[in-house]
Amino acid sequence: MQDVMATLWHKSHLYDPTRASVATWIFTIARNRKIDLLRKYARPEPEDLPWGHQDTPDQADVIALQQDSARLAEAIRTLPEKQRTLIERAYYGDLTHSEIAAETGLPLGTIKSRIRLALDRLRHAMT
Amino acid sequence: MTTIRHHITDDLLMGYAAGALPRAFDLVIATHVSLSDDARARLAGYDAIGGAILEDVDAVELGDESLELTLTRIKGMPASEITPTTTRGIFPSPLQAAVGGGADAVKWRSLGMGTRQCVLHADKDASARLLYIPAGQAMPQHSHRGTEMTLVLQGAYRDESDRFARGDIEVADQDMNHTPVAEAGEDCICLIATDAPLRFSGLLPRIAQPFLGI
Repeated sequence: MQDVMATLWHKSHLYDPTRASVATWIFTIARNRKIDLLRKYARPEPEDLPWGHQDTPDQADVIALQQDSARLAEAIRTLPEKQRTLIERAYYGDLTHSEIAAETGLPLGTIKSRIRLALDRLRHAMT
Repeated sequence: MTTIRHHITDDLLMGYAAGALPRAFDLVIATHVSLSDDARARLAGYDAIGGAILEDVDAVELGDESLELTLTRIKGMPASEITPTTTRGIFPSPLQAAVGGGADAVKWRSLGMGTRQCVLHADKDASARLLYIPAGQAMPQHSHRGTEMTLVLQGAYRDESDRFARGDIEVADQDMNHTPVAEAGEDCICLIATDAPLRFSGLLPRIAQPFLGI
């Protein structure tokens, strides 16, 4: 935890509010630090887009992204319980779909279809 | 840039966003996302889901010494800079990092008939390797015990299902038994991740399999 906080502090000047919400940015940094520390290697990351980092973000873009993030959070909150639980486990349980299957006793097909249904609902809520 | 026709599947992209995949798969997906705007946009969506769930998580109590420890760490860490990374030659930057350079830095091992490979990473969960198939040549026919991802970096290949060119990714599972053939013209270079050893259909490649490490 302290390590993630310290990393956020040092990377704060790299945060671009037109590209990700603060929560998403914190999520990606926490995830990468966890992999770096637990598995002892730097996680392979896609290369940056050529236009890269902007010093003066466009306020309209920032507001649009904040609204999208709020809608996404709301859509996740209103998912059916079974679907939301599986999405949360997939992100914060450190488990692959097969491992979730082994732990919950649900067939892998059921897990995959529930996650797919949840993603469809989220997509629908965002269009 | 050529149009990418074959994209990464949702479950693998979500697994990458969640940080739940083996290292070999992370490497192939990071390289594919570097080449594909579609995959990049979809990945941003999966990262956003991770962030949105984070916002909803209940707060936990921290010990009194937590702030002090954090401040000590902040002082101990160097400030982060953006390291400019760009594709040089046919390798996007995550692949350059794994190889330790561009295509000319690969330490190939011959598999016979002009086919070459280089294992980049192997652990108990999955392995990643580069494969070089001369133009017009076939790979041994094989099926899979687990999941195999093939990303084309140069040239193109065809199998029973379709044609795959630079940036395209093919995901095969145990139900698939295919014979990829490199197209005439340019030699084909692919980055492949497998989460279980391949199963070759012919007798000879099966004997060779333990020696080749594929």
